[in-house]
Amino acid sequence: MHRIIVVGASVGGLSVAEALRRAGHEGTITLVGDEPRMPYDRPPLSKQLLSGQWTPSRLALRPEADIRALGLDLRLGVPASALDLARQVVTLADDTRVPFDALVVATGVRARQLPGTEGVTGVHTLRSLPDALALRDRLRPGRRLVIVGAGFVGAEVAATACGLGVRVTLLESGPLPLALAVGEEAGRFLTSLHQQHGVHIHTHATVAEIVHTDGTVAGVRLADGTLVPADDVLVAIGSTPNTEWLAGSGLADRDGVGCDQYCAAADGVYGVGDVARWHNPLFGTAMRVEHRTNAAEQGLAVARNLLAPGARRPFAPVPYFWSDQYDTRFQAYGCLRDHDEALVLDAASADRRLLVAYRKDDRLVGVLAAGTSPKILRAWRALVAARTPWAAALNHSTAA
Amino acid sequence: MKVTVAAEKCVAAGQCVLLAPQVFDQREEDGVVVLLDATPGPELHDAVRESAMVCPAAAIHVAE
Repeated sequence: MHRIIVVGASVGGLSVAEALRRAGHEGTITLVGDEPRMPYDRPPLSKQLLSGQWTPSRLALRPEADIRALGLDLRLGVPASALDLARQVVTLADDTRVPFDALVVATGVRARQLPGTEGVTGVHTLRSLPDALALRDRLRPGRRLVIVGAGFVGAEVAATACGLGVRVTLLESGPLPLALAVGEEAGRFLTSLHQQHGVHIHTHATVAEIVHTDGTVAGVRLADGTLVPADDVLVAIGSTPNTEWLAGSGLADRDGVGCDQYCAAADGVYGVGDVARWHNPLFGTAMRVEHRTNAAEQGLAVARNLLAPGARRPFAPVPYFWSDQYDTRFQAYGCLRDHDEALVLDAASADRRLLVAYRKDDRLVGVLAAGTSPKILRAWRALVAARTPWAAALNHSTAA
Repeated sequence: MKVTVAAEKCVAAGQCVLLAPQVFDQREEDGVVVLLDATPGPELHDAVRESAMVCPAAAIHVAE
């Protein structure tokens, strides 16, 4: 296992490289990144960076000296273009061929676009630092921003833009923002939070087209004919795994790289981060988690499994994510999607307080909270980690 | 080992408290990190390094 190539130089890829060195791996580690900059953190893009509170230099995941000290074969600004699994060679976009003994796929996801909007001034997606800087330069008091998709990215940008004095409209195709992911009550809580800050929320809004004149966006036409005028449009309709370079390898499909409970996709090939769909034995199901914390934890787990093939451990985390909107921080532990029941244990919109427990079959699988003490939240996390039956979890909550 | 935390970057995930409760805690009111021990003993070094690596805000720095 002398030569390890890690494709993807965001938090997941960097975490693998760092953990390999910490564990004493002395062989070559090639770290390939499509962006021409040192690894940086993405969650602040929709918040501190967009608001102008932070400059790009604060996004660095590690001080540059720490990354240099890892002694990596760093290939930044050159994406991988092909994988030959049988010959164990990755080809980069500049036609360099990198032979390897082990491969880690950490290429992440990209923002989905609306077809026909490429090159239209004022139409944005938000995934990278250049995306965030381009949007930041356009957000000015009084301008109109229309956000297509009221998921977490859309909701965070709405909150940040609102704080900059921008007039914000959120378009949601369903009856409530985020209801599929977090349940109806939490969706209503979010709706109310945004409306209190003056954001217009259009639900049941199906986008027919982005209207533009002379290459500049003018608004969004809905399926019912309504035109929502806009100076800028943020398309926040989810993401697509970056797996095109794996074509022909049999490792990937439309939902990322398929991995087992050790995060292995094939012999000596592992997946990490947003691109990896792996079997999480704690929940007994395959999942692909697009959250910052998971990428770092999975990177650590994969580095361990790579270096100790005889003593591999399943990766069985309780996923965690947070979302900051206005002065409210939402935090979630577990697996909220595809729940059978979302039970509201506490909701006080005026106090920005929310606590929702999620049931799948007869078991507690997750919790979403705002304004909850860290001790209580950690206790809930422990219940999720312990596969606590639903009834026992609720008894615990009334006892607490 | 010398541990420093950037409280203004902390996002209150609490992952560090799960990994190294002897070294990290969270403020009751907003969950922001509290450093309990800036020079932890060798038996805690692995847990502290792991905390720094998984911190979702890259808010923990470890100087060896």
